[in-house]
Amino acid sequence: MIEIEGVHKSFGSLHVLRGVSLTVEKGEVAVILGPSGSGKSTLLRTINHLEKVDAGTVAVDGELVGYRRAGDLLHELPEREILKQRTKIGFVFQNFNLFPHLTVRENVAEAPISAQRRPKAEVAETVNRLLLRVGLSDKADAYPGTLSGGQRQRVAIARALALDPKVVLFDEPTSALDPELVGEVLDVMRDLARSGTTMVVVTHEIGFAREAADTVVFLDEGLVVEQGPPGQVIDHPQHERTRAFISRVL
Amino acid sequence: MTTTAPAVRPGTVPKVAPTRHPFRWLAAGGVVVLIAMAANSLVTNPAWEWEVVGEYLFAPSVLRAVLLTLELTALGSVFGFALGGVLAVMRLSPNPLLSSVAWGYVWVFRAVPLILQLLFWYNLALLYPRLSFGVPFGPGFFSVGTMDLIGPITAAALGLALHQAAYAAEIVRGGLLAVEPGQREAAAALGIPRARRFFRIILPQAMRSIVPNAGNEIIGLVKGTSVVYIMALPELFYQVQVIYMRNGRVVALLLVAAIWYLALTTVLSVVQYYIERHYGRGRA
Repeated sequence: MIEIEGVHKSFGSLHVLRGVSLTVEKGEVAVILGPSGSGKSTLLRTINHLEKVDAGTVAVDGELVGYRRAGDLLHELPEREILKQRTKIGFVFQNFNLFPHLTVRENVAEAPISAQRRPKAEVAETVNRLLLRVGLSDKADAYPGTLSGGQRQRVAIARALALDPKVVLFDEPTSALDPELVGEVLDVMRDLARSGTTMVVVTHEIGFAREAADTVVFLDEGLVVEQGPPGQVIDHPQHERTRAFISRVL
Repeated sequence: MTTTAPAVRPGTVPKVAPTRHPFRWLAAGGVVVLIAMAANSLVTNPAWEWEVVGEYLFAPSVLRAVLLTLELTALGSVFGFALGGVLAVMRLSPNPLLSSVAWGYVWVFRAVPLILQLLFWYNLALLYPRLSFGVPFGPGFFSVGTMDLIGPITAAALGLALHQAAYAAEIVRGGLLAVEPGQREAAAALGIPRARRFFRIILPQAMRSIVPNAGNEIIGLVKGTSVVYIMALPELFYQVQVIYMRNGRVVALLLVAAIWYLALTTVLSVVQYYIERHYGRGRA
């Protein structure tokens, strides 16, 4: 479902991604672990072209994201087409980034109506179904400012799902939350994982990785150091750097 | 709570005494006396000529002048902020040409005094007696006399709008910059089209910081229109001058103008309050 091949990305003189390759199958849950500055978030952001790449390819559902290939050269697609591709890729931010001047219902309904041009009545049903799924039906007409962090992130997840995406990307979804609110967000994500949603999750929640991930990817200094099932990467890491990291966070 | 709280004998818990503000009361008393004195002098000093004020407050020539002041304010604000909005977006554009042009505009129009600009537009006919429309450097399709196209009111509205646009551009730009970058990113990640992103997501949030400054500017413009008196346009300030030159009731007529400016500004302040409340929704 997601095929990343040889992706390089620099910010000025900082070489953040140094040739990352990674494949995520349909229905698979991949958790990316790694120390801060290892390039986890940047990698995630190249998957929906929030970050341009310097070299390499990212494909989702068999289609190159953000670029058109002509021989050995990649040409950036027009914005229209990039936006269309993004509707197939849900993204959940660390800081939620809900639209504060819109109600919960309007936040979730915005993209299906304006980006996918789906009929309003149909979208209204989708919104109700998704809010029920994240347990926030009673907050449909509230503004994000009145919700707790955990509730906001659940709305953000519903907003990403409203596009009926092929994959959902999570960028440290629980890092901005008070500790007692982390559980409710992880519950929603576990439920998604069980329902067969293809997910890529950047997180520091080792517990979530162990329990919900099919694949754990350990990234360090812009390279995939090790990847495999959680029982292997977390409990029996092969590389010294993975071992050092796991022992520090456990 | 009351049943589980440790038993405390009534009367043993110290209460906080209200803080007294004797000097506040004293100062308030002083202010009341001063206001009473001012009010008394306004009523009893015959030099204010309230009956003359009453006579001219709703005189047809004054009402026409108020209308022209309103018209100039409206034209200056609407076209000023429309152009200012475009300039702000240009200035924030990654395109260096657009951004430089916007910067240059703000540079020139903030530098040149409004009164000078107004005289300049008023005298445009000296520079270009005829304006011709056609192919650049090529043949013209038709041309008109500059005086016919740009009369005094057009010149005044043009000057006010162009001047206002430079300030509006900076206000709008500040408002757009104040929107958290994550908002743009989230909208882009959801695939929302560019125009929709701007008008539905970014602009309404920018309005929260644009409106108070814009309100200031527009209220400033109500009074700023008085500088067009140099073009002999019968707006409020010019009109009362004309009247008191004729009848010599200087103070009374200045008072008429002051009352109207106060009224217009009050209405605008109330409108601003409601607009702010509208864009503040979702934020307690």
